[in-house]
Amino acid sequence: MDQHLLSIILFTPLAGLAVLLFLPAKSKNLIRVWANLASFTGFLVSLPLLSRFQVGAPGFQLTERMDWIPSLGAHYAIGLDGISLLLIMLTTLMGFIATLCSWSAIDDRVKEYYAMFLLLQTGMIGVFLSLDFFLFYIFWELVLVPMYFIIGVWGGPRKLYAAIKFFLYTLAGSVMMLLGILTLYFQHYQQFHFYTFEIAELMKTHLPMGWQFGSQEWVFWLFFLGFAIKVPMFPFHTWLPDAHVEAPTAGSVILAAVLLKMGTYGFIRFSLPLLPQASSDQTIVRILAVLSIIGIIYGALVSLMQADWKKLIAYSSVSHLGFCTLGIFSLTPNGIAGSVLQQINHGISTGMLFMVIGVIYERRHTRAISEYGGLAHVMPRFAIIFAIAMLSSAGLPLLNGFVGEFTILQGVFEANRGWAAFAVSGVILGAAYLLWLYQRTMLGQVTNGKNLTLHDMNFREVAMFLPLIAWAIWIGVYPKPYFDILQKPVAQIVERVHPGYYVKALPPPAPILGEKASLGGGQ
Amino acid sequence: MIPSYTSTDHFAIIPAIMLALFGCAILLFDFWIFPDPRQKKWTLIFVAFAEGFTGFGLYQQSAWLAAGANTDLTAFSGSVTVDATAIFFNWIFVIAALIVCLVSYKYLEISGEHHGEFYSLILFAQCGMYFLATGTDLITLFIGLELMALSFYVLVGFLRSDKRSNEAAMKYLLLGAFSTGFLVYGFSILYGIADSTKLSDIAARIAERPAWDPVVFLALATTSVGLLFKISAVPFHMWAPDAYEGAPTTVTAYLSVASKAASIAFLLRIFYGPLAPFASARAVWEPLLSVVAVATLTIGNLAAINQTNIKRLLAYSSISHAGYMLLGLIAGNDTGIDGIKIYVMVYTFMNLGAFLVIVALRRQGIIGEDLEDISGLMKKSPGYAILMLIFLLSLAGIPPTAGFLGKYYIFLSLIQTRHFTLAVIATLYVAVAIYYYFKIVRAMFIGESTEKAPLATSFGLRVALAVTGFLTLAIGIYPQPFLWLALPTLTH
Repeated sequence: MDQHLLSIILFTPLAGLAVLLFLPAKSKNLIRVWANLASFTGFLVSLPLLSRFQVGAPGFQLTERMDWIPSLGAHYAIGLDGISLLLIMLTTLMGFIATLCSWSAIDDRVKEYYAMFLLLQTGMIGVFLSLDFFLFYIFWELVLVPMYFIIGVWGGPRKLYAAIKFFLYTLAGSVMMLLGILTLYFQHYQQFHFYTFEIAELMKTHLPMGWQFGSQEWVFWLFFLGFAIKVPMFPFHTWLPDAHVEAPTAGSVILAAVLLKMGTYGFIRFSLPLLPQASSDQTIVRILAVLSIIGIIYGALVSLMQADWKKLIAYSSVSHLGFCTLGIFSLTPNGIAGSVLQQINHGISTGMLFMVIGVIYERRHTRAISEYGGLAHVMPRFAIIFAIAMLSSAGLPLLNGFVGEFTILQGVFEANRGWAAFAVSGVILGAAYLLWLYQRTMLGQVTNGKNLTLHDMNFREVAMFLPLIAWAIWIGVYPKPYFDILQKPVAQIVERVHPGYYVKALPPPAPILGEKASLGGGQ
Repeated sequence: MIPSYTSTDHFAIIPAIMLALFGCAILLFDFWIFPDPRQKKWTLIFVAFAEGFTGFGLYQQSAWLAAGANTDLTAFSGSVTVDATAIFFNWIFVIAALIVCLVSYKYLEISGEHHGEFYSLILFAQCGMYFLATGTDLITLFIGLELMALSFYVLVGFLRSDKRSNEAAMKYLLLGAFSTGFLVYGFSILYGIADSTKLSDIAARIAERPAWDPVVFLALATTSVGLLFKISAVPFHMWAPDAYEGAPTTVTAYLSVASKAASIAFLLRIFYGPLAPFASARAVWEPLLSVVAVATLTIGNLAAINQTNIKRLLAYSSISHAGYMLLGLIAGNDTGIDGIKIYVMVYTFMNLGAFLVIVALRRQGIIGEDLEDISGLMKKSPGYAILMLIFLLSLAGIPPTAGFLGKYYIFLSLIQTRHFTLAVIATLYVAVAIYYYFKIVRAMFIGESTEKAPLATSFGLRVALAVTGFLTLAIGIYPQPFLWLALPTLTH
């Protein structure tokens, strides 16, 4: 049981899908119950990870490895470290919540809808678990098709445009990444005379620096295209607002909470350890940091200007993900650990914000901010939940966003003070657009008569927010366990990018993490 | 030197003999024994026997090869060489012919043109393909090519009362004859160079000459025109969309899969390997073919975007697939050549599958080839829609479908041989291709159906779809056994 725990987690949604296919399409409630049950089981089977995972153990845990295509050197190799553990927990939880929040929102082609969601779930979990590039690539691409359908079939008025734009953009990036993978794979063959896609094996490859064939830079930029489009980093972000705005609520939730993290995860898991010299190259780091900072500020400024509630949150993702990439390319323990934690935070808070929009959209079928105002009088429960979601996204101390942003800024400050100064302005702008959004929609008098008759959130709607709120507060008040989980894998990555970092660094890094953790909790 | 008949000679061409015999038998039976135009089921039995014997012959041949350890089976003083590659391609022809015959039955019935000679022509064409894959003599190759091409000219125009079918056949015939002229001209120069029609002699003579020898170049250029026409590479692709659109859909499937595979086998014979006349002139043809490949990818992919007729769309897509196969030859290392074989294999299943779905759309009184016709297929018959989705994803090269494996080999070979620009171009066109393939997907899954008539299914069609669909997924998810089958040289 234990040695196949990860496979069970990976294939539970797929098993749910297999059963789902045999349910009659007419009985919608049966399908809904089954799909929710399946994704809840998917969440339940991931819970044992929390006890099985050994904090502080080096390398990957609970690994499984089998030959898959020996002729190509592809393996079914999966495993888990602190970084993937957190992302897996986020994925399984958000998968369940996204399924739950589709209950009344989706009434058309219900069976296909849930089938797509379960397929998507397996793809996303697979991305975070794969320790073999071939396997990784297959899961990476597997995610595209269900997401295309979720946006394209159940989306808003411009769904077709948004769906194909999402597909083309990310596919163009991932085929470039494929070229990078193949280059690395072939370089490894030339040095070791056998073909393998295993990450651990590929790590041994020595790639030259420079601009010739197969250099680290070359592979880095090919990877970069794949990951940066997925994140998305400025200037590759243009698919994101379209996809987010047109997708159904659950689609937006999954897209923001999990799918985007595949890009940042790619940077942390592959770009940094496999191409340490290119990733720490002064020019490359500078370019990536500048792109991240542009993303932070540009995303925030554009958010300020939005008249569409959902588009505003979509652009805020560009800004928040800018923090994550900036943290990664600060190449400091705090920056990277903060980045991973911020990815989780972004998943929680932006997921909640999209669900908030979903709740109100189901009632009024409009997302124009100007249509609303004074909702707090009509829907008090809704107002409270929205306030928590908004404040956690804006980075209020005692909520999760603060811890992540603070840690990232700490790491960035260590790397370059100028970057930190620019990034801080993103925090301020972030508070501005979120608070302004809240003011325009929730506070004041009810200006639009249609809003007077809205009914408040029902039990199911409140219930799906509760775990996320609890998680947000937990991270905000007591983030130490998270930093403990992240400490070892992050240290390994930093050691690889900056050999001897921990020897030089004074004071040693572990106390810094602990200290900062209590700082986050203390305020 | 007097050619003498040896004991292995008949063994080397036994599959071709079987195909020709059964082809003739169908013609005769159709005329004398079973002339009833409404009852043609017996033809399928004949085809099954023909393919059964062919398959058995191929099996025996590969057993012979395996026992003989690295010697190829040559016959008729080197006019025919049966090697592992040839046998591999012949298995593709067998599968394609079987599937096409299986689904043609219902299709021809609906079209009101059910005649026994259809099946004979399929077998004759396959007989020609046999010699294209095994021929190592200019004359053998040419006869094989013409046998295949002539059968196809008739097959394309098989719907006698349909204007489009006639027009397509005429276009195909005229352009085909023109390109064959070029090919024969090239062959004549090759004969002039070597004073022999054996490929091995020609290869030896050309190797003695400098790569940029003008006579060799002339031979190369003219031969290439004929070859590139057959695989519908740009700029000799004009016939393909018209012929594909006008031909009966089952013939289109056969044409796009088997004819292309045979021509690729022919192309490999001429350009790659110890017997290939132009193997030594790589420095000359590599840049030329690179330009052709990029142009093929570009035209094929870009022209497909605006098509509203699915058969035309798939015609352009098959043009672009020819571009990918050419890239494997340009890379020219083992991975590249293996890649071509794998590509041909997966292309056979996925492309046949995609055309089979179109075949099902053809109903009494409905032509069923436009995007509108496939609209809303998911609501009407979800099974077909999901299969079509799998085929289209595979054609686009999205894992975990078979198409990805083909593209994987091609890309890897380009990287191994440092053809980086080509690799980047080829990968980017994957993203372009997804756009037009997803036009079909969009119509199927998001569009609303305009008419309610159920699909024309038959037992044969369902079997064929199940087989192609299963293989398209299976090769994608667990390719190892198929790799061993396709590439017996791989170490276990």
